[in-house]
Amino acid sequence: MTTTTTAADIVEKSIISNGIPLSNVEVTRDSYKGKIDPDWCPGCGDFGVLTAMQKALSELGKQPHECITISGIGCSSNLPGFINTYGMHTLHGRALAVATGMKMANHELTVMVTGGDGDGFGIGGNHFLHTMRRNVDLTYIVMDNQIYGLTTGQTSPTSALGMETKSTPEGNLENPINPMPLAMVGGATFVARAYTGQQAHLVDILKQAISHKGFSLVDVFSPCVTYNKDNTYQWFKARVKKLEDSGHDRTDFHSALDKGYMWGDEIPIGVFWQREDLPTLNDLEPVLDEGGPLAYRTLGITKTQSDSLMTEMM
Amino acid sequence: MTKKQDANTDSKPLVDFAVGIGGAAGQGIATPGNILARIFARRGLNLNAYNAYQSLIRGGHTFLTIRASNGPVRSMGDSLDVMVPLNQDTMDRHLGVMPSGSSVIYDEAKITPENTPEGVQLCPLPIKELIVGNKLAANTVAVAVILNMLGIEFDDLVDALERIFSRKGKAVVESNMEIAQRGYDYAADNFSAFPYKAPRLSKGLAVVTGNEATGMGALAAGVKFYAAYPMSPSTGVLMYIAQHARELGVMVRQVEDEIGVMNMVIGAAHAGCRAMCATSGGGFALMTEAIGMSGMIETPIVCVDVQRAGPATGMPTKTEQGDLWQLLGAGQGDYQKFIVAPVSQTDLFNTIPELFNLTDRYQCPGLVLSDLLISEGTSTVDPDDLNWQPDIDRGQMIFPNGSTSDNPYGGYNDNDYLRYVNTESGISPRAVPGVPGHIHVAASDEHDEDGTLISDEFTNPHKRRMMVEKRARKMDTVLDAIDPPELVGPNDGAATLVGFGSTWGVVLEAIEKLASENNIVVNQLHIKWIVPFHADAISSVLADSQKIIIVENNYSGQFARYLRSETGIKGDAHIRKYDGEPFMPHHIVDGVKAILARETDLYVPTHEMMV
Repeated sequence: MTTTTTAADIVEKSIISNGIPLSNVEVTRDSYKGKIDPDWCPGCGDFGVLTAMQKALSELGKQPHECITISGIGCSSNLPGFINTYGMHTLHGRALAVATGMKMANHELTVMVTGGDGDGFGIGGNHFLHTMRRNVDLTYIVMDNQIYGLTTGQTSPTSALGMETKSTPEGNLENPINPMPLAMVGGATFVARAYTGQQAHLVDILKQAISHKGFSLVDVFSPCVTYNKDNTYQWFKARVKKLEDSGHDRTDFHSALDKGYMWGDEIPIGVFWQREDLPTLNDLEPVLDEGGPLAYRTLGITKTQSDSLMTEMM
Repeated sequence: MTKKQDANTDSKPLVDFAVGIGGAAGQGIATPGNILARIFARRGLNLNAYNAYQSLIRGGHTFLTIRASNGPVRSMGDSLDVMVPLNQDTMDRHLGVMPSGSSVIYDEAKITPENTPEGVQLCPLPIKELIVGNKLAANTVAVAVILNMLGIEFDDLVDALERIFSRKGKAVVESNMEIAQRGYDYAADNFSAFPYKAPRLSKGLAVVTGNEATGMGALAAGVKFYAAYPMSPSTGVLMYIAQHARELGVMVRQVEDEIGVMNMVIGAAHAGCRAMCATSGGGFALMTEAIGMSGMIETPIVCVDVQRAGPATGMPTKTEQGDLWQLLGAGQGDYQKFIVAPVSQTDLFNTIPELFNLTDRYQCPGLVLSDLLISEGTSTVDPDDLNWQPDIDRGQMIFPNGSTSDNPYGGYNDNDYLRYVNTESGISPRAVPGVPGHIHVAASDEHDEDGTLISDEFTNPHKRRMMVEKRARKMDTVLDAIDPPELVGPNDGAATLVGFGSTWGVVLEAIEKLASENNIVVNQLHIKWIVPFHADAISSVLADSQKIIIVENNYSGQFARYLRSETGIKGDAHIRKYDGEPFMPHHIVDGVKAILARETDLYVPTHEMMV
């Protein structure tokens, strides 16, 4: 089947039916419902993260077309297809690099990056470090299930020591990454952990993270019911404790680090660390001082400018 | 193809001379080279400069060749007229190949010539007396001596010294002037000048490296986002654009690795910018998966591969045309892309805007295949040959209403938008993020017309076939947008020299030498556009060729194999060089002679200069 729609046809159809510009339409959670339903396994923790994102965005009053969700590859990275924002489903591990380019080219967009622990802390580890130190103004939501799910159950950078997986049948020999202290020393300006089983808490943290100016990490425990039989809902339910309940001061770096290292019978969730005094990369970039998003500017240089460039070469 | 690159010539007797300056890295070869190049170019002489160097900051052996003429200069040439060895090593390496009639200028206190060939004028300088304590000005003396011997007025040197040293203050300028004057006068009193004077033409020329020309072309094309990881020999593009970024509203990012570079460039391009990067073969290798994504999500980018000798780290400061198949095979899977191999510095400039127009229209990546020879090599450029305000064609793009005054596709559209709509042309109108009513996902997974993934749960062979064909169909008409290569020279030449990219100039010069010095008439078919490839036009030209000789700067004949794969034409003979140094004209002349004499069908020249 071949149709012949062209850009000109689209211009023909370019007047919205009721005459109201989309930016004035009231948003609800349904505004963020994607074109298709998620293809995750029944019971997957990622459902809760998707719902929480939709709630957070609608409660913040963001317009869907002003947001973009960028993912890498993996089960959780299928999320952009299930949420009604602009989306990019990029390459395994590369979402943060793509998202940095997107944010710098259009700093008026709300940029969210979604993915898994393997995507972000394994293959994408280098970009993770550098995106944090640059304080790129985006929200990175990691659905951390401590396993490679889409490849059917191999060890991940956050798999526990000794964990038996299909690639470590005798138990994992390697220490896991702890994303909380890593992000704090790496330069992230908002570092939080949440649990998909505590929906209201997750929504609240996502709202704070999206509103935060700078790089925000939300590492969400999102159990894989199919391939991770160790870190289950029951396992997390017994362990997670809200930082808010312990009177944690999120502006105290050393206390935040100490809390970040806590792991075992009690695992803190909540906002570990936040600082609001650092400019974001787009704040620092003089090219963005005026003129709106780079992506929408007129191309080319003037004759005066090119004459000046030529004079240097003569 | 030949363009107007022979423009700045005159009817005066042809003067063609080459100066070589050599020493250890760190001995200050760049400054005298720069002064000479500027003086020659301001007189309107064409020039070509090539610096043979190594991957170190101090020591080793660096040798800069500057060739200038009132006729066309398309390569470093074959021999030197003046050499300035700054150390004994340089003298020992090169004195033996200096021809009769040439001169060698050196510090008599530090350097001793041995086995001087007949007819070479030795010009020992009492540097210590001439510089009176200003050790930094030693190389200025040599420049002054050269200029005197070429009959170039001292005033030209005064201008150049002021320009070069004004940043360092009046005292430095004046000291250099005094020393230069002493050197100039010393030469007049003690050495024989050349039998010709360097002419002065009416129009001054610009001096650019290919990397600068690439950066300039990017600015003309409207690039707003440039990202890179430093890698020789491509870093010059990054430095040029970074130097002008603030004033011209271009964002430059130095990224953690080339994987990040390409992905960041794609992010910015997807947002709606013209976005670009340059690298060399190793960096390009890291980018390839993402270049495939550019093809899959139909987000256009431009990437320049400035080739160096490989594989692996290879020779970071040496040239080669060894990445052709890397570009052809970049990334997994079938996808649409452009590959273009510009032939000169001027061509690099003008190719970048042309390629952006094509990639915007056809929504796919555009790859530029350059190399160290033309990208780090310096050439004069006629300012009139650079189109700084080229036509900008962004194809079918949809921006938010009112954001750009000249955007014909701006506007709202509620429900009907399909990012990857299956059109007859294969080209689907591209809305950038931020436009109301055009929400979609751009997926590196195979996807449906609306962007929905079909790769996993929804896999559907009919949809997959439709999308593969939609993307491929874009290229059905693309050859019409690109000029076919043309045969240069008489149709009945004894052979046709076929090459691609940077060897254009040296091959053309070899053809002229064959005709003028050897009475052998051959013609040239030089290829710039690799993908798409004008296979029919090329086949038809080569069908009439007496003998097809393929000239390329690699071992395995990468272009010969590509030509054969696209046309079925097997070259009759080959001239190949893979020692890290570029062809000199006589290498090709000797090769053609040997091939026409049926001595060989594979000629590999020996590089005589030990650099």
